[in-house]
Amino acid sequence: MIKSVMVMNTQGKPRLAKFYDFQPVEKQQELIRSVFGVLCGRADNVSNFVEADSIFGPGTRLVYKHFATLYFVFIFDSSENELAMLDLIQVFVETLDKCFKNVCELDIVYNYSKLHTILDEIIFGGQVLETSSIEVIKAVEEISKLESASNAIALVSKSVSGWRSR
Amino acid sequence: MAGTSIMETLFQRDLDDLIKGIRQQQIKESLFISKAIEEIRREIKSTDLPTKSAALRKLSYLSSLHGADMSFAAFHAVEVMSSPQFFYKKIGYHAVTQSFNDDTPVILLITNQLRKDLNSSNQFEVSLALECLSRIGNVDLARDLTPEVFTLLSSSKVFIKKKAIAVVLRVFEKYPDAVRVCFKRLVENLESSEPVILSAVVGVFCELCLKDPRSYLPLAPEFYKILVDSKNNWLLIKVLKIFAKLATLEPRLAKRVVEPICEFMRRTEAKSLLFECIRTVLSSLSEYESAVKLAVVKVREFLVDDDPNLKYLGLQALSIIAPKHLWAVLENKDFVIKSLSDGDYNIKLESLRLLMSMVSESNVAEISRVLINYALKSDPEFCNQILGSILSTCCRNLYEVIVDFDWYASLLGEMVRIPHCQKGEEIEHQIIDIAMRVKDVRPALVHVCRNLLIDPALLGNPFLHRILSAAAWVSGEYVEFSRNPFELMEALLQPRTNLLLPSIRAVYVQSVFKVLIFCVHSYLLHKENISSVNTDNLASEVPESVFARMSCENSDLATSEAPASSEQHDSFNPRNINQSFGDLSIENGGDATVSNSQASTSASLGRNSFTQESIVNLFNIVELALGPLSRSHDVEIQERARNVLGFTDLIKQEILNPVVQGEENLARAETEASRVVKLMCDAFSEELGPVSTSAQDRVPVPDGLLLKENLADLETICGDIQLPLSSSFSLSSTPLGEAVDISRTNLQSKDETEPSHESTSLLAEHRKRHGLYYLASEKSEVASNDYPPANDPMSQDKLNDDAEDLLKLTEQSLAPKKKPNQAKPRPVVLKLDGDEISVAAKKPELKDDLLSGVVQDVLLGNDGVPSSSRSNRSENLSGKSKGKEKLNTDLSLETKENVPGEKMPDHVNTSSRRSKHRSHGKERRQKGQGKDGEEKEDNGQKKKRKSNHHRGKHKAHQRADEPSNVVAQTPVIPDFLL
Repeated sequence: MIKSVMVMNTQGKPRLAKFYDFQPVEKQQELIRSVFGVLCGRADNVSNFVEADSIFGPGTRLVYKHFATLYFVFIFDSSENELAMLDLIQVFVETLDKCFKNVCELDIVYNYSKLHTILDEIIFGGQVLETSSIEVIKAVEEISKLESASNAIALVSKSVSGWRSR
Repeated sequence: MAGTSIMETLFQRDLDDLIKGIRQQQIKESLFISKAIEEIRREIKSTDLPTKSAALRKLSYLSSLHGADMSFAAFHAVEVMSSPQFFYKKIGYHAVTQSFNDDTPVILLITNQLRKDLNSSNQFEVSLALECLSRIGNVDLARDLTPEVFTLLSSSKVFIKKKAIAVVLRVFEKYPDAVRVCFKRLVENLESSEPVILSAVVGVFCELCLKDPRSYLPLAPEFYKILVDSKNNWLLIKVLKIFAKLATLEPRLAKRVVEPICEFMRRTEAKSLLFECIRTVLSSLSEYESAVKLAVVKVREFLVDDDPNLKYLGLQALSIIAPKHLWAVLENKDFVIKSLSDGDYNIKLESLRLLMSMVSESNVAEISRVLINYALKSDPEFCNQILGSILSTCCRNLYEVIVDFDWYASLLGEMVRIPHCQKGEEIEHQIIDIAMRVKDVRPALVHVCRNLLIDPALLGNPFLHRILSAAAWVSGEYVEFSRNPFELMEALLQPRTNLLLPSIRAVYVQSVFKVLIFCVHSYLLHKENISSVNTDNLASEVPESVFARMSCENSDLATSEAPASSEQHDSFNPRNINQSFGDLSIENGGDATVSNSQASTSASLGRNSFTQESIVNLFNIVELALGPLSRSHDVEIQERARNVLGFTDLIKQEILNPVVQGEENLARAETEASRVVKLMCDAFSEELGPVSTSAQDRVPVPDGLLLKENLADLETICGDIQLPLSSSFSLSSTPLGEAVDISRTNLQSKDETEPSHESTSLLAEHRKRHGLYYLASEKSEVASNDYPPANDPMSQDKLNDDAEDLLKLTEQSLAPKKKPNQAKPRPVVLKLDGDEISVAAKKPELKDDLLSGVVQDVLLGNDGVPSSSRSNRSENLSGKSKGKEKLNTDLSLETKENVPGEKMPDHVNTSSRRSKHRSHGKERRQKGQGKDGEEKEDNGQKKKRKSNHHRGKHKAHQRADEPSNVVAQTPVIPDFLL
């Protein structure tokens, strides 16, 4: 089971934080801070695994990957394989790359909702459901289409009704 | 109205604007956010859905990334979520999923919305609802939505079906009875040809198995099929995880899977799968030597790889196997040691752990040497990690791995000198611990401590002060092993000791007292020997009566210091009571060791030259150094320093003056002084042994003693005690000289001084009346004190016979434990009963138990199974669930014999538990009821079909198990596997 997914930049600013076990917001912020505290002290050429027992409780592990200005962090328990999680981070980042055409931190900052949509297609309630970025992109595109369609309808109908009532 | 809403919509900041605003940081971020939240609070109340949803969206963002509270928006989120337009619905669902938990009151309102969306024809709406359920599903939601989830499990759309499968995990966890409805459909999907579905369902079973593997043993054939057939690494990893759990429960299964797993190890390219195979073999299949050997070869490949990830995992794999096959670690020992200097902290830590797992009696010295060298070179953090693990490994099971304690004492001394050492607390504890437990190590330990004490540099490091405190205590307590007490005295009194904390300084002063008394005592003995005074005379006076007087002397000292101020006099008085109370106990407990200490002191006497000159010198040093301390602001230091000074005052005169007098006088005067010294010496040579923390617990609670009753009436008792105390104060306000006189004269008589006598009797009386508020004995406190008490306060409790029991118990528990078959004799390590850590059997949680009960129930098939297996199952159930079901079991046993193929017993069995939940749901689900019934039947048929597969084999297996099936409760695995 995956406990949490975080994306944060190298200054420690969170860009995405998802906790699959409910955590109060203060606790979330604290966890993000302590994860950053661990990560920022690590050199680039070291392993991608960190023991997270002290932060998330016994048996939890943390895998992270450092891309440009961002850390991608997955936290999970003993029912996941460390190397597979590392691959999954790769899948996530590749998917983002395809969705945003050469993803950079700004894309992630401004596409908060889409980021969640993508992640939700890969990880569902802490379980990994999709590991193919093609499938993920397909679903995400359909969802976006549906969103913009319903949004457009809403806006038009609303402005029409607003105009009429005038 | 509409106009305002348009204005709002047009001028409202959306999420992008918000993000831009935060990034521009024209004003402080926190200020900007609090302004934004104010805005959101206003906007979210809008009746206009776009405005509301935009506000909600911003709030979700701020909550997730900036920790803003969004609980106030719970109801608005529900509103937005119920919008028919997907765009808003998604925003609503996102907010609900992110912020709701079991304590959110409006969670009750979303059940119907979720049901509606689960039944939606739009697969993305269904997906939103499923995601929501999987994150925030509670008992009610899980129960009420089970039928919808069941329907979706057979959805034709893969997109929906995989999510429906995944959500089952949450539903089962919250509402175990859903297993009866959904389990079969879940299991069917194990044969799905769709890889995504298979992966999802295996994922669910993997999670379920980790919690309670036993229940899923019957599914082993399905998992085995996947293991053999699948090419998907992701899937294989999950199946391996399942088998790692199942194989430990069923050896025959292990035998079956070990070959395919080895095959994977040989041919797979994927490191993740390879590592999972290694882990499975090392953790669950460690009896299969060839497999383990192969795995260790692969681990070796990981270790020598350049990728630090593989290196790290390789080390982890070794630490899994270390307890069972240490040879695998030893084979890679060089590599492990090399990794200690790796650049990656994780790798260093892991190799340190591995190294510690290798420690045994034969190599502990070697490994510690290597590690200490590394510690010297490492950064402070890792250095202390190393020291910490050496300390914790060495003290494991009462220093099990240590044979040569002299070496260990010197190792501790060496650790202290490592510049980064911050393990003061542990080292302090261990120094005192081994000093008390291991008699043979004391000379070596005293030597080590002396080296620490005489080094003024160590006093400058506050992390080491606690160690110095232990060293000072050991030096004082076991001063008879010291090679040069004078040097020790100088070390204890060196000027830099003013850097120490008062509490530690007090220990120093107390040690000074002990060393001083030892020196004077040795000197006197020495003299006696020379002037050949008959010691018989003296020895005969030692017993009992003298003890009482000795401590009178002690209390006397305190009072003789008092003239400094009348204020102090008052404060000393209560202590008088304490001391005279304490001496009673010494009288009782002290005798045993007297002769012992005499022997040891006279033995060490020869080596040291205790001349008159050196003793005088000693007195001078003590007076010089402690003089200022007698005005210390710290009570402990002040009191102890005054005790020492008082003692020197008293003894110095008597020792020094006779020099000018004649021979006879000398003999007489010195007997007086030496008697006092001897008494003190005896008091200090009383050994403080470790006392089991549970010692007091083992004293039976006397009848009528209510320990847990409210202490409200203590008030009245305290009122009682106030009066007698004040009366004793008034007594002590007699002129000082007189008070001293009284106590002086009392030196001769056997009685106590007047005030203390009275207060003792008052106290005794009080104790008699309110005995239940007194502790049974104070002995247990002795061991837990950070520093040795001034006078061993073993209270003799006349009124409480329990104290005697306690003493007996501690004596028993102090009985040395001998370790047989030791080539080199290992010193005796005292052991306490309380040292064993009792591992309480962990009780499985009720919920899991329920879940596994239901799963087993469903899995083992409840139709057409031969009666033997059914009785087995029903007995399982009754054993697991509450007593009221026992009746039902009997009933089912009876009916079974008559009607072999009937489903009845199962219903009887479970209905009592189920009906409770069912009746809740029924009214709400009136519509779905008919459908529900149909499904159940459908379900039943499938079960039947399923169990037909294996039924014959079930029978055979079951028969074999029959005699023991009440206890054994091994679930059935079809024979084709075995």
